[in-house]
Amino acid sequence: MFSSGIDAVVPMLCVTLAALAVMGAEAFRARGEQLPLGGLGVVGLVGAAISAVLLWNRNAVSFGVVVADNFGLFVTLVLLLVALLTIMFSSTVVRRDGLPAGEYYALVLFATAGMIMMATANDLLVVFIALEILSIAVYVLTGIRRDDSRAIEAAFKYFLLGAFSSAFFLYGIAFTYGLAGSTRLDRVGTYMAAQSMSGNPLILVALGLLLVGFAFKISAVPFHMWTPDAYEGAPAVVTGFMSTGVKAAAFAAFARVFLSVFEPFSGEWAPLVWLLAAATMILGTVVGVAQSNLKRMLAYSSIAHGGYLLVGLVAANQVGKAAILFYLLAYAVTNLAAFGVIALLGTREAANDELRDYAGLWHTRPALAALMTVCLLSLGGLPPTAGFIGKWYIFSAAVSAGYYGLAVIGVLTSVVSVFFYLRVVVMMYMTDRPAAIAPPPVSAVAMAALVASIAAIIALGILPTPVLDFAAQSIATIF
Amino acid sequence: MDGWLGVIIMIALGVGFAAVMIGLSLLLGPHNPTPEKLAPYECGMPAVGSARERHSVKFYLVAMIFLLFDIEVAFLYPWAVALRDLGWAGFVQLVTFFLILSVGYVYVWRKGVLDWGPAARAGRHAARRAA
Repeated sequence: MFSSGIDAVVPMLCVTLAALAVMGAEAFRARGEQLPLGGLGVVGLVGAAISAVLLWNRNAVSFGVVVADNFGLFVTLVLLLVALLTIMFSSTVVRRDGLPAGEYYALVLFATAGMIMMATANDLLVVFIALEILSIAVYVLTGIRRDDSRAIEAAFKYFLLGAFSSAFFLYGIAFTYGLAGSTRLDRVGTYMAAQSMSGNPLILVALGLLLVGFAFKISAVPFHMWTPDAYEGAPAVVTGFMSTGVKAAAFAAFARVFLSVFEPFSGEWAPLVWLLAAATMILGTVVGVAQSNLKRMLAYSSIAHGGYLLVGLVAANQVGKAAILFYLLAYAVTNLAAFGVIALLGTREAANDELRDYAGLWHTRPALAALMTVCLLSLGGLPPTAGFIGKWYIFSAAVSAGYYGLAVIGVLTSVVSVFFYLRVVVMMYMTDRPAAIAPPPVSAVAMAALVASIAAIIALGILPTPVLDFAAQSIATIF
Repeated sequence: MDGWLGVIIMIALGVGFAAVMIGLSLLLGPHNPTPEKLAPYECGMPAVGSARERHSVKFYLVAMIFLLFDIEVAFLYPWAVALRDLGWAGFVQLVTFFLILSVGYVYVWRKGVLDWGPAARAGRHAARRAA
């Protein structure tokens, strides 16, 4: 059983050990004692990142169900970056809001371990277990402010709909197992390739159920109902974590299952995903325009961004596959930084996440206003930011694959989305009266995380080629 | 279809027998209802109040911990049967699993989930003050 070694699970092992260490430290913490639990988590994340880099190009397989191929490792590195930035933003928020530090960091790390597992899983059941590990941790994180009724409501809705979608996913796995006699992706793939001409309707049932399960997790329309409430109710820094990490992990598994196993049936699922992508982009953008709460607006914007990622999946050519990975990275850094700014502007009593709270922010907090502007421009897809390059490659992939309709919808919705992103910028800069809110001081760690993400956004926007080549290489190895 | 005929006959017989017996007792039996006879639970004390009372959150915590360690035992039995076949690899995997669970056990213990009642809590506070 150990013949194949445990190399492929080392990254998630590092993160899990860090989480267990945090839990142990929290258990033996004296009352009122402050421990550097976030730092402990960072040690685990850095260890995981080093092991992921060492595993590069080795295609390690552990237990036959976890594969550390370059695709999985690329997503793993993105997820580790997401977790690292989240912990850096959290250091301020946990202290300010009086959150239980041990539980908070342990849950972030457990969720990260689940996400890494999802990105590197080579078995449908392992995908499911990973999905549960990350989901349960994120449900609790959503409601971690137990004194906030909105957070409780968000956590409850998220939990119910998440359990609902897990049932769909599990049912899809059951059908797949019934057909192929295995849940291992390579064996299911062999079976599907042999069945591509049979027209067995049960294959479409399995395909549809798995598609619904994934669509819930990446909050594609019409399975997005939980997203705005969950994203608005959760603490901003947790929203940043789950809108990037969960989406990246779910998308990695989605791409792995649909681009490799169900590739022979792309004629069947591509039109469905086409519809999902179009509906997701349109609804996310149109409803986003009408929001007056910044967190809710960014929730709809993240739905729309899920739609752009689906465009890359539909296109499914070499450009599209590399573009998915690049877009995941660009979106993760940008969205996390945007929610980081929102988190840093809140206080314990008030979230300060209404649009009007940002009026004249330029006068009181010029640095935060400038950083937020870069994030919003990148989300809107304006050059010279990472978001522009990401969208450019996604849409050019759609055009070269012949999906002109999707590309047109994507460009149009991007233009509309620029309206609501710029509205925030106008609020911050072109209102004379100083901001109504008195934001608390920002810690050096959180500021460093913000500046680093902004630097990454601009660097990816000006010099995308190395990362794009990296993404193209990592995806070329498997699909 | 042939294989299922027996099952269908069995179900029909079962349902039919129950229906006939209930129908006969309705038709032939005497009907003299009293409040005592109509009470849902006929022996012991009369029912007082709703059964849906509020319980201490401690019960839920204990129930959750029970569930977790019950699953641990559910893994222990098959492992005990297949111990020699799985060899050292299986041993290491199971021990890893138990170690992770025992971190959780230490955590709930230290967090005071297993302390039951106000006396235990007061004792813990006193010990902390003395320390």
